[in-house]
Amino acid sequence: MSTPTVRKSVVAARAAWSSVVRAGGTLTITDLHGNQAVDFLVYDAHDTSVRYSAPDTIHAQGGVFLTTGSVLMSNEHTPLMTVVADDVGRHDTVGGACSKESNSLRYGHHTWSQHACVDNFLAEGARHGLGKRDLVSNINWYMNVPVEKDGTLGIVDGLSAPGLSLTLRAECDVLVLVSNCPQINNPCNGFDPTAVEMTVTEAGTE
Amino acid sequence: MGTSTTYGARDHARAQEGAQAEAMPVVPAADWPAPPCAAGHLVWAETVAGGNYTHRVLARGTELRLTDLRGDACAHLLLFVADRPWERLNVADTVKVQWNAYLGEGQLLLSDQGRVLASLVADTSGRHDALCGTSTLVRNTNRYGDGTPQSPSPAGRELFKLAAAKNGLEPRDLPPSLSFFQGVRVHEDGALDFTGSAGPGGSVTLRAEQDVTVLIANVPHPADPRDDYVSTPLEVLAWRAEATGPGDPLWEATPEGRRAFLNTAEFLAARGLA
Repeated sequence: MSTPTVRKSVVAARAAWSSVVRAGGTLTITDLHGNQAVDFLVYDAHDTSVRYSAPDTIHAQGGVFLTTGSVLMSNEHTPLMTVVADDVGRHDTVGGACSKESNSLRYGHHTWSQHACVDNFLAEGARHGLGKRDLVSNINWYMNVPVEKDGTLGIVDGLSAPGLSLTLRAECDVLVLVSNCPQINNPCNGFDPTAVEMTVTEAGTE
Repeated sequence: MGTSTTYGARDHARAQEGAQAEAMPVVPAADWPAPPCAAGHLVWAETVAGGNYTHRVLARGTELRLTDLRGDACAHLLLFVADRPWERLNVADTVKVQWNAYLGEGQLLLSDQGRVLASLVADTSGRHDALCGTSTLVRNTNRYGDGTPQSPSPAGRELFKLAAAKNGLEPRDLPPSLSFFQGVRVHEDGALDFTGSAGPGGSVTLRAEQDVTVLIANVPHPADPRDDYVSTPLEVLAWRAEATGPGDPLWEATPEGRRAFLNTAEFLAARGLA
């Protein structure tokens, strides 16, 4: 019997990260300093045309928030990962990633020179042969996006705190892409992007 | 009429001209009996069967009206910039930028590049969805026993793959889609409430704000709770009209929308397209 392998890495504020997580392994994302949105995409590691689908995840579980027990479904309605632990209780499936382009709509053209999550996804994805057409609506861990009765939705103050974490179990071999969100124009990072920690555990090989 | 010879087979095939089906394109569209536009402006007239799909490239300024003829259509929709399909509908930006999860009259369908693909200029249904996407082979097989295109219960994603292929696109080009005529609402705790159809005759009209490739699959909403695969015909009409311009109330309706129109206008002007 072998001990599970553990790999830890700290993702600097505003940076991208990626890793393969083998079936049965886990990924723990720790919000080291509190209220840091972690933009997240996941692909079948052996066929990246099969990737996270926000709509399949939402209609499979019958709701828009992710927490313990939520299954991240693919665009072919197969399970990619399952949330097995969550200190926060509510994560976003609706808001997608910030981009220089959407920032120009949401805040104005003065934001054009600011870094954004889509650029992180493009740069990190390219290392794995993924391009722009491989980017789809992503998960925002630790981001709080309520929907009012009239449909009004928005990114509001976060529910997270320093040291809170969540853990995902891989249901097949998956490739995870992360953008540690650099947004400074809304409260998703408490207006101060900070580092997060990634811990990848491989299932025991006994 | 015998079909044992090439001449007989040819006569047999040619004798079918003029046959009518409930769901079919009317070609030329000008033959459509009651166009909702000036004579000669209609460019697309089709009735799409339940469990079927259609697609077209529309010029900027074209208006596209979708009508739920019998109350159980659900029009799943994707949009791509016609000659640059990597710029495409971004549902997350569409709801986030406009601060609203629900689709309705006056809303813009935004691309991932901060530009407008189409605007929603009329809506008599009010039952639409930007959250649940469309159905898949796996889900329809679980729900109805099959989800292949040739089955009685085709999945929306399988039909989108066919429509995409006919436009040079692949499954990886298909992002989350929108759907019209079957509603979903979100409770405070995030749970979904399926509100279904507004009944027969509901329609939405989209205005193309760039040249766009539109893919439409008419299949049951994935949250439709009925055991049976219920999908009734969708009417699709498109006609030449004008894109939204400065001075149009829609251009100025919100600051986010105004910037999206400005981004679109600048992009088209630089390309010499508008």
